[in-house]
Amino acid sequence: MTKAIPQPTPETQPFWDGCARGELMLQRCLACGKPYFYPRPICPACGSTDIEWFTASGQATLYSYVINHRPAPGFEDQGPYAIAVVELAEGPRMMTNIVGVPNTPEDLVLDMALQVTFEQRGEISLPVFAPVGEQQ
Amino acid sequence: MSQDRGVIIAGAAETDAVGKLPNHSTLQLHIEAAVNAVADAGLAMRDIDGVATVNAPGPVQVAHALGITPRWMDGTGVGGTSFLLHVRHAAAAIRAGYATTVLITHGESGRSRVGASPFPRGGSSMPGQFEAPYGTTGPTSTFTIPVLRYMKEYGLTHEQLAYVAVAQRKWAAQNPRAMFRDLMTVEDVLASRMVAYPFHLLECCLVTDGGGALIVAAADRAADFPKPAVHVLGTGEAMETPMISQMVDFTESEAFRQAGLAAFAEAGITTADVRHLMIYDAFAHVPIYGVEALGFVAKGEAGAFIAEGNTEPGGRLPLNTNGGGLSYTHTGMYGMFAIQEGVRQVRGEASAQVPDADISVILGNGGMFATSGVLVLGRAGR
Repeated sequence: MTKAIPQPTPETQPFWDGCARGELMLQRCLACGKPYFYPRPICPACGSTDIEWFTASGQATLYSYVINHRPAPGFEDQGPYAIAVVELAEGPRMMTNIVGVPNTPEDLVLDMALQVTFEQRGEISLPVFAPVGEQQ
Repeated sequence: MSQDRGVIIAGAAETDAVGKLPNHSTLQLHIEAAVNAVADAGLAMRDIDGVATVNAPGPVQVAHALGITPRWMDGTGVGGTSFLLHVRHAAAAIRAGYATTVLITHGESGRSRVGASPFPRGGSSMPGQFEAPYGTTGPTSTFTIPVLRYMKEYGLTHEQLAYVAVAQRKWAAQNPRAMFRDLMTVEDVLASRMVAYPFHLLECCLVTDGGGALIVAAADRAADFPKPAVHVLGTGEAMETPMISQMVDFTESEAFRQAGLAAFAEAGITTADVRHLMIYDAFAHVPIYGVEALGFVAKGEAGAFIAEGNTEPGGRLPLNTNGGGLSYTHTGMYGMFAIQEGVRQVRGEASAQVPDADISVILGNGGMFATSGVLVLGRAGR
């Protein structure tokens, strides 16, 4: 079995195109200024459709996680792995995996500093996060 | 609101058995539950003029199988709380005159998966693009993610989390239909297999087969039915997020809170009036979030409140008295069983009957903190 691969849709294509370039792209509302994730053509904070894409810093902190012992297809050979939610420096949160560090409760400390990196998944570059100083 | 605008649950029943039912299809479970509920209300199937259930199989399939053609239908399917919303929607339909006698059914071959729909997995959906690639495997690996943040912020311990399951097992021990009835300790829970750290197997719900059904009607017909009326005093519904990663605050459920506020306001009650409580417990942390969202204790106090014995037999806030999804049964969409236990308690016919259960509150969850419904049920009308 292989790991699930995202299938981009028109409104998310710029996000995945950014990942292919090694950039984490977010959207920002031009009316109220708030950045948001996941990609969509309307600001969830104020309802404006006047929005733009920008390149995020890729900096984040570890907000919460589980360590999954029942692997999804394609994850069978790597042992228990963390499914994490990180808080980006710009504010929005996203789900991700944590790489470059053992996925144990001792090594995964909430609020630790993380930096985006990218993992190839078929034709897609998938954003994952590593402790600062551990980028692949 | 005047008494004659009130609505009651006039009939309620589960399938003959719950648990492992490999000889029942999903549709059979709906039919058996519907037949039992109609009989409980002293009605004939032809008396039903409204039907509500979740797709699949959905209201058209269920009604057709039962040989009826209702003039009102509701296919709201927003996870395990859907049946609480069906009660709310049925109450509105009855008040509007769209239906007089609504049948709400649940049947799910959650364990044996006979005649069950496959779980949808679309790689182009938002969860398909932004969650599934990280190795999610359904509720055990997603619904559970918030709790480490809660533990850090409020000091909830692993032992307190485990005790939620211990407390509910004490109720299950009094319920002959419960799948797990042997008393257990915190040590037993913490020694069980790790499923998704910090959750052990015994902190995760069962996966079973079963069903249940309800009959909802106007309160002014209460004397027409054989069982004591269970008045629907207040209802609420709310939504938050389709993806756990987008939950606003991982230490609280805003959907639980909003649904509760609406239901308590409509019923005109406070937490002090509540004698019996059901909180959807797919995992051990959900009752903690629920007890706090409804305002029974302050934020961060529910773990200690439960560990001190307040919600177990003899405690001042009887919670999940059928044993809950953790010990009684959990077909996948557990909300129907939480309502059934609330009805039994208000009627005074529960296995682990609580004294003076004249007000019961049921909090339902759908998805991973995605949706919520709350019902306030009472022995007397407003």
